[in-house]
Amino acid sequence: MKLRRRIGRRPRGTWRAAFFLATLGLATSAAPAGAAGGTLRYGRGMDAVGLDPAHESDGESFKVCDNLYEGLVRFRDEDTRVEPCLAESWDVDSTGTIWTFHLRDGVLFHCGKPLTADAVEYSLARQWSAREPRHPAYGVGGPYPFWGYLGLDETLAAIEVVGEREIRFRLREPSAPFLSNLACNFAAIVCPDDAEEHGEEFFRHPCGTGPFAFESWRRAESITIARFEDYWGAPAGPERVIFRSIPENSTRFFELLSGSLDLMDGVPPDDVGAIEKNRSLELLKAPGMNVAYLAMNLDHQPFDDVRVRQAVNYAVDKRAIVDGLYAGLAEPAAGPVPPNVFAARTDLADYYHDPEKAKALLREAGYPDGFETTLWTMTGPRPYMPQPLRVAQVLQADLASVGIHANIVSYEWGTYLDRVHRGHHDLALLGWQADNGDPDNFLFVHFDESAARPPAGNIAFYRGERVHELLLEGQRTIDPERRIAVYGEVQEILHRDAPWVPLVHTLEIAAQSKRVSGYRLHPTGRVILSGVELAR
Amino acid sequence: MLGYVVRRIAWLAPTLFGVSLVTFFFVHWMPGDPAEILAGEHASPTLIAEIRHELRLDRPLPEQYVRYLGDVARGDLGRSAKTHEDVRDEIRRYFPATAELALAAMTIAIAIGVPAGLVAARRPGGWVDATATSIASVGVSMPVFWLGLLLMYALAVHWPILPVSGRGFAASEIESRTGLVVLDALLARDFSAAAESARHLVLPALVLGTVPMAVLARMTRSSVVEALGQDYVRTARAKGLRESTVLLRHAARNGILPTLTVAGLQFGALLGGAILTETIFAWPGVGRWIVLAVEARDVRVLQAGVLLIALSFALVNLLTDVLYAALDPRIKLR
Repeated sequence: MKLRRRIGRRPRGTWRAAFFLATLGLATSAAPAGAAGGTLRYGRGMDAVGLDPAHESDGESFKVCDNLYEGLVRFRDEDTRVEPCLAESWDVDSTGTIWTFHLRDGVLFHCGKPLTADAVEYSLARQWSAREPRHPAYGVGGPYPFWGYLGLDETLAAIEVVGEREIRFRLREPSAPFLSNLACNFAAIVCPDDAEEHGEEFFRHPCGTGPFAFESWRRAESITIARFEDYWGAPAGPERVIFRSIPENSTRFFELLSGSLDLMDGVPPDDVGAIEKNRSLELLKAPGMNVAYLAMNLDHQPFDDVRVRQAVNYAVDKRAIVDGLYAGLAEPAAGPVPPNVFAARTDLADYYHDPEKAKALLREAGYPDGFETTLWTMTGPRPYMPQPLRVAQVLQADLASVGIHANIVSYEWGTYLDRVHRGHHDLALLGWQADNGDPDNFLFVHFDESAARPPAGNIAFYRGERVHELLLEGQRTIDPERRIAVYGEVQEILHRDAPWVPLVHTLEIAAQSKRVSGYRLHPTGRVILSGVELAR
Repeated sequence: MLGYVVRRIAWLAPTLFGVSLVTFFFVHWMPGDPAEILAGEHASPTLIAEIRHELRLDRPLPEQYVRYLGDVARGDLGRSAKTHEDVRDEIRRYFPATAELALAAMTIAIAIGVPAGLVAARRPGGWVDATATSIASVGVSMPVFWLGLLLMYALAVHWPILPVSGRGFAASEIESRTGLVVLDALLARDFSAAAESARHLVLPALVLGTVPMAVLARMTRSSVVEALGQDYVRTARAKGLRESTVLLRHAARNGILPTLTVAGLQFGALLGGAILTETIFAWPGVGRWIVLAVEARDVRVLQAGVLLIALSFALVNLLTDVLYAALDPRIKLR
């Protein structure tokens, strides 16, 4: 108790202890460059796995990659609308299948070589498993998790180098998310010469065109990147950035409090109050592009009955979960698509908390005395759900109040995913974080019938013919108005069929020292540090 | 004695073989498909199949095991499926961090625990004994997590005398000869880097050393108390020797032997990685390495990690036995 209360204040006795140490000749700074100024020290929970953007699938790797590499296009600072990056401009033909990108002049890789259309071709074609024959660099360094999953194997017909600074993509059919996909991390442009030279080891010798260049990596400890002086755009604010891996949340927070970190993510909800009270720290918040949900397995009785699924929706008190378990750092979710995603239906009224209505629906469905079921949950925290076990317990109590007796089943992450993807559960908690900010990215993987085959992303095992047709149409339609109508109808059907209880959309949060300015949280969770300024 | 040591080392082979067999099958019977976990939340079946093939998971289990044994015999521990690094490089990175922490923790534990036990044994039931015994009981039962965060807040945040966590950056430019950062800095005659690295070591070593310290104190106390009741001690006292000589030269010399065994076991356990301490203090050691490998079902890392723990435990035990024989003339190692 005492510990928590004191955290809110500035640490006292700092200068006294410093004096004591200085007299002993022991006082030294915690990080070398902190004293030199211009070094931003960023604390996060885990180390990166690798630094070749095509091969990575974890957020921690991308936090570093996003500062080293760039793609043809990028998301704007505040949302997922696409803007030019390495490509100055692009044209699309009238059929929507031929995309030509014009590269910016004077862009250099960190090794000093210029950016060319060949480098773009190399970076993308090497990931293309459906290409015949495969690119000579295909598979070097491991598999490509995002390429296939975002459907590029099916979308692409050809990649052609038109000129030194012009590249053309031919698609099999129009694809609405194509441009957004090119703004994703995996489509970043790497230096082909360095990638060839290092082969399998390129993941630890990264070379891109970004505002920072790689400097050093101490596995499980830290990664240091330094300002790239020949960067084509505005030069990065910090001279150096050190990403430190500090797994324990409280330790990371203590590092921030003691001044040996400038910025940290993974702020535990319990510490939010202490940060807000501390005069030397600042809490950053922004709407996230994610959803946490409770899926009902339609292949298991009684969840094949829509009345039962609606009853479960009426039984859950989302507001209590947001206030009690997210410290208010989330919004109740009315549907699977977060409100800041294109084509989200914010007009559909959510199922409100009404236990009586839930009981009435259960009676109507033939379960006047309720029933027994299982409620599955992962044990460890996820970005969209910091305390899954406690969420499960609250849901268990909510369900019990309408007569549904849910036994909690929990596994650690690996086992959990495996079993849930195979549909062993009745009810299961899970969540999703946006990749490209397109509605397709939230709806196809979770509700299309093709995603209901194990290992399934559609863990409600929801299958709807109309929804399937619409989801395919949404992917192939370029016209934004038509897409709004298509995805609007999908959301309406899902609202009625209720395969999920959409629970919450969490806010992106981070904590920073007041020395730091200019850092903005991105809704996709991307960490872009070039605009940061550090006060001395 | 040399013959004994050679035979003990020869016995390591079947021990490690047994360990490898058990680990191999345990890892494969654990729920969760390694390929699927590595591929991520929404991977395509093609990708999962590719990974499965790369990891040879598509081969029959006995074949996988035989090929694995062949690799190990050639000194090839494989690559981590998650980080794509050579497992030997990972061991070279993480094991010295754990060894450094374990050595420091054990030094603290012995330096405080053994004298405390001796002092307590002098007057069993006296106030010194009562105090030392209660502190030791608290030490054994103190949750590492709580103690770690408490000390961290007190000594690194409230009174910022020590760094909060990590191994520090001072020695990052120094060539790694032993992997023990403090030692490397000393060998390079960079004393400020050595001091800075040592400061990073203090808090985690203190936290990690608490339980062994308490165990050693209790062990030393009880075995010395027992020794003090022996006939040879009465004889020594009857000769008119000073009480301190009786305690240190006669009782402690015999009483300390069980303590040595316990210290060896404790040290062996610490070398297996102290998961909680490493996690709290962001210490890049073997414990965290293995836990992350379990989460990722990183088969090669898990197998190598368990072998490494078994090997270091066996070697520490051997060392303890040899020391035991050196200290106790009644024991002959054949």
